[in-house]
Amino acid sequence: MQMAGGWKGRMTRISEDLDKNLAAACERHWGEAGSVETLRRLTGGASQETWSFDFVTPDGSRHESILRRNVRAEFRNLDAATEFALVAAAERAGVPVPSLRFLLETGDGLGQGYVMERVAGETIPRRILRDVRFADALPKMAAQAGEILARIHAIDVSGITGLPAPPAAVPPARAQLAQLRELSDGFGEPHPTFELTLQWLEESLPDDSRVGLVHGDFRNGNFIVGPDGIRAVLDWELAHLGNPIEDIGWLCVRSWRFGVDRNAVGGFGSVEDLRDAYALAGGRGADAAAIRYWTVYGTLRWGVICQAQVAAHRSGRERSVELAAIGRRICEVEWDLLDLIA
Amino acid sequence: MQDVPSAAELIEAVREFLENDVHATAEGRTKFHARVAMNVLGIVQRELELGPAADAAERERLLDLLAGTGPESTLGELNAELARRIRSGSFTGTREALIAHLRETIRDKLAIANPRYLTR
Repeated sequence: MQMAGGWKGRMTRISEDLDKNLAAACERHWGEAGSVETLRRLTGGASQETWSFDFVTPDGSRHESILRRNVRAEFRNLDAATEFALVAAAERAGVPVPSLRFLLETGDGLGQGYVMERVAGETIPRRILRDVRFADALPKMAAQAGEILARIHAIDVSGITGLPAPPAAVPPARAQLAQLRELSDGFGEPHPTFELTLQWLEESLPDDSRVGLVHGDFRNGNFIVGPDGIRAVLDWELAHLGNPIEDIGWLCVRSWRFGVDRNAVGGFGSVEDLRDAYALAGGRGADAAAIRYWTVYGTLRWGVICQAQVAAHRSGRERSVELAAIGRRICEVEWDLLDLIA
Repeated sequence: MQDVPSAAELIEAVREFLENDVHATAEGRTKFHARVAMNVLGIVQRELELGPAADAAERERLLDLLAGTGPESTLGELNAELARRIRSGSFTGTREALIAHLRETIRDKLAIANPRYLTR
């Protein structure tokens, strides 16, 4: 009882500050007084948070909104202003994204982040793959994903500063592979299967040295899905410049099938549907060898992300049973890697 | 000798508590984390049961694969040595033997971490 009371008390206090600061920021944006209602935390760890709320003005207008913010700025891959500019560019390019409302300002006392429209739909992959509401949507989603990716990869990012880019002197795939190796080495754990995979990737590097926009986390779990299919693409904070086929390989990683292994793409569709729709919408270079390379790369990348999440827990930076448990998913990645390369 | 309950039974008691008292009544993130915690206890239970034999078998295979290593090396050291030899190209065994060892090792890890992953 005592523990539950203490926990509740702490949450209430944080929420009160958030209420007040968020209402002030919303009043600045909408230019009228109002209140923040139905504020609740949706997802996220200690560094990245997503909150749902309504901003309600005296005439009864209800602005259904989402706040994405980082309390600790050092964990951002993109700074919030860059992410905001990128999502705005994506919307102009016809990519389904939640409409942006405003960027948080330093004086708001809310950290780094932004507020956007709340799009109705489901984001939890296991529900999307199993709930009858989405039965008609699932067969369409691989083609939708292909078309959306082609649009993302055609976004003109010349006006957006702050996107991580590979060093100009090195082909992007090689530079990213070196980065991944370095990141994994930093954890100091021996993973013979990762070594074998790194060797395979070295020997299989693609010739294609195009550099374009990569979403970086385009997968089931970062889509808002309705009965009509993919309604919005979320989580742009891992976006970077690189080989666009990286996004296609990532979407084919087995982890994102959430147990529905017969459908290679996100548990909902086929690589053929994805590839055909991508090409039809103007996407280039998604041949079988490139997709295989980037699927192997993506699978290893997911393994290294697992390592990073366990490290965040073990170092005390972000204590969480969820992060701790992820360490024991690394053997799933190893199993998939052997399947792909051996 | 420890008194009853055994370690496995203690874990089972905590798992039942999480399932019946936390997961059944909590919502949102806490409900999700209760589910994760139950899975974690399942891993620990299986590791208590299967871990020692899996480690011993892995060790034996590594000593076979890695010429020049001896029984004084820990399992961690042997794995680090295998990783080093793969990277430097100085692994002297066949690729077939290496893959067979890795498969066996990963299969044993999955039997502890997530047995369902092997069957689907």
